[in-house]
Amino acid sequence: MTDQAISSPAAGMATDVAGPAGPKPKRLTASRVGVYAFLIIAALFFLIPLWVMIVTSLKTLPEIRLGNLFNWPSDLTFDPWIKAWTTACTGRDCDGISPGFWNSVKITVPSVILSVFLAALNGYALSFWKYRGSELFFGLLMFGAFVPYQVVIYPLIIAFREIGIFATLPGIIILHSIFGMPILTLLFRNFFGSLPGELFRAARVDGAGFWQIFVMIMLPMSVPITIVAIILQVTGIWNDFLFGVVFAGRPNMPMTVQLNNIVTTTTGIREYNVNMAATILTALVPLAVYFISGKWFVRGIAAGAVKG
Amino acid sequence: MEHSVSIKDLSLNFGHVRVLEHLNLDIDQGEFLVLLGPSGCGKSTLLNCVAGLLDVTGGQIFIDGKNVTWEEPKDRGIGMVFQSYALYPQMSVERNLSFGLRVAGMKKDEIDRRVARASEILQIEPLLQRKPVELSGGQRQRVAIGRALVRDVDVFLFDEPLSNLDAKLRSELRVEIKRLHLRLKNTMIYVTHDQIEAMTLADRIAIMKGGVIQQLDVPSVIYNKPVNLFVAGFIGSPSMNFLHGEFTGGASPKFVSQGVNWDLKGYETLPSTGADKRQATIGIRPEHIAINDEAKSMPVTIDVEIEVVEPMGSDTLGWVRIGGESVTFRVASEIDLQVGQKLTLGFDPARASVFDGNTGERL
Repeated sequence: MTDQAISSPAAGMATDVAGPAGPKPKRLTASRVGVYAFLIIAALFFLIPLWVMIVTSLKTLPEIRLGNLFNWPSDLTFDPWIKAWTTACTGRDCDGISPGFWNSVKITVPSVILSVFLAALNGYALSFWKYRGSELFFGLLMFGAFVPYQVVIYPLIIAFREIGIFATLPGIIILHSIFGMPILTLLFRNFFGSLPGELFRAARVDGAGFWQIFVMIMLPMSVPITIVAIILQVTGIWNDFLFGVVFAGRPNMPMTVQLNNIVTTTTGIREYNVNMAATILTALVPLAVYFISGKWFVRGIAAGAVKG
Repeated sequence: MEHSVSIKDLSLNFGHVRVLEHLNLDIDQGEFLVLLGPSGCGKSTLLNCVAGLLDVTGGQIFIDGKNVTWEEPKDRGIGMVFQSYALYPQMSVERNLSFGLRVAGMKKDEIDRRVARASEILQIEPLLQRKPVELSGGQRQRVAIGRALVRDVDVFLFDEPLSNLDAKLRSELRVEIKRLHLRLKNTMIYVTHDQIEAMTLADRIAIMKGGVIQQLDVPSVIYNKPVNLFVAGFIGSPSMNFLHGEFTGGASPKFVSQGVNWDLKGYETLPSTGADKRQATIGIRPEHIAINDEAKSMPVTIDVEIEVVEPMGSDTLGWVRIGGESVTFRVASEIDLQVGQKLTLGFDPARASVFDGNTGERL
């Protein structure tokens, strides 16, 4: 075969032969339209409660009694928000939900720092410093992820009472850290397990010890997974109600407990607008976390789902 | 002279799997030793034992006369280079190089001096402020070598350092490692499965299989006088041709295969070889086969027909069949070979290797 024979049909192709060429055109098909319509309706459906909460919280009580659930308030007021924050009654005290907010901060921040740090350390040790029985230990730890909280509450109350940390701030912080351990350790162990083992061996040849490798090499590399762990813990601990109501102690009741007290108060009239405002205020922190870190949050869920 | 590295009766088990068994190896001061073998032969395991990254099951390791069997890696006087480079991704090249020294608490000006020297030797000065992700594979491996260099150690360990590089870079860095060895004159232990690397770099090669060193010798002896069939088949590309037949020892040893009588005059049989008749395999390197006119002067000639021709550029390979067995020969690329062409191959028994049919050992 000569060069001529090879090249001539190829040259003719562009002009003679009709058919698909270039990028494939994108068409809007009926099924596409259907999919989008369904998605929009679904989004609206789930947004309606939020809308009702927002508009209700901005209405005066007389306007709420008129009904018109979905209407924008005719008499816009921010008083319910102020009342929810400062003067709403949570049981005996009428200081609003703000003390609960600060209590939640006092519980969440140390718990998140402690649990994430310990889980990172756990995951690092279980990945790189395997010892006899380390796999068994990890298996037992994972078992903890499946224990229903309600089952262990009573023994925990007794144990905490005996130690003397029941109904104290350190007590609830330790409790949250313990219950964060299984899933966070799994997260970190899988992350460190995916790092090349040669990195660890190189550091050992370089003379770094357990803590030096952890602090100088492993922690700087684990920023993405640490963010995921922080998101999981912040939302989890902030939204916690059960441990808060049982273990925090009266002066340390977190926001969720105080919100519950406001909403379920049975004396006097039901102030729907204040309830709504208090609820939104309580949900604001996890909501902010979702919005700020949506990408990381999805990654965290995926990490737990695929590898766990 | 005292051995630089001495491995005595070393054993290592992973559970019930015996990876290394009673292995002995002495490496001289300044020697470049290559551990060569297929994957799973225990060569990397042996290196990790020397580095102290694996606890041995039995035996001892000496480095510079000191028993380091129970020492931490950092106290053994070794530097190690890994296949995946294993650079610390969050640190700049400079901090990668100085990491071990900083951990050891060395003074700043001494660290700077050593980093400067290493980066000068490896020509990575312009890269010092970069992060590993901003480097090419070849540059990363230089930094990894530099990290071993700054530690100012006596023994360098290389664990397949070039396997992750493309062919061109590999041959470039290979020469550089050789230059480095000539300049530093350190003891180097180099693990590879690449026989070209082994042949070009090594002072001595240790060929391993199944956790056992098959042959330990200078490259030319490994290539020309392999001790058994495994070594013969592993070294050389294209690999050695094997013909099966019958061997008779004694004063004038003979080999008969496919009706061809090989007079093994000039072949040095080992003193241990008996005179009895037995099954055997003869191995001939493709480049030791002569063709046509040249072949006529050879002690053994066989007429063949060419099946396949492979022009490699620098030379040409011809594939023929002798009896039922496929044989390759290598000729200069100027010689025009055609498929179906009939020619005469000439063999020199003095350059061949004969192996026992049962044990595979050299006769």
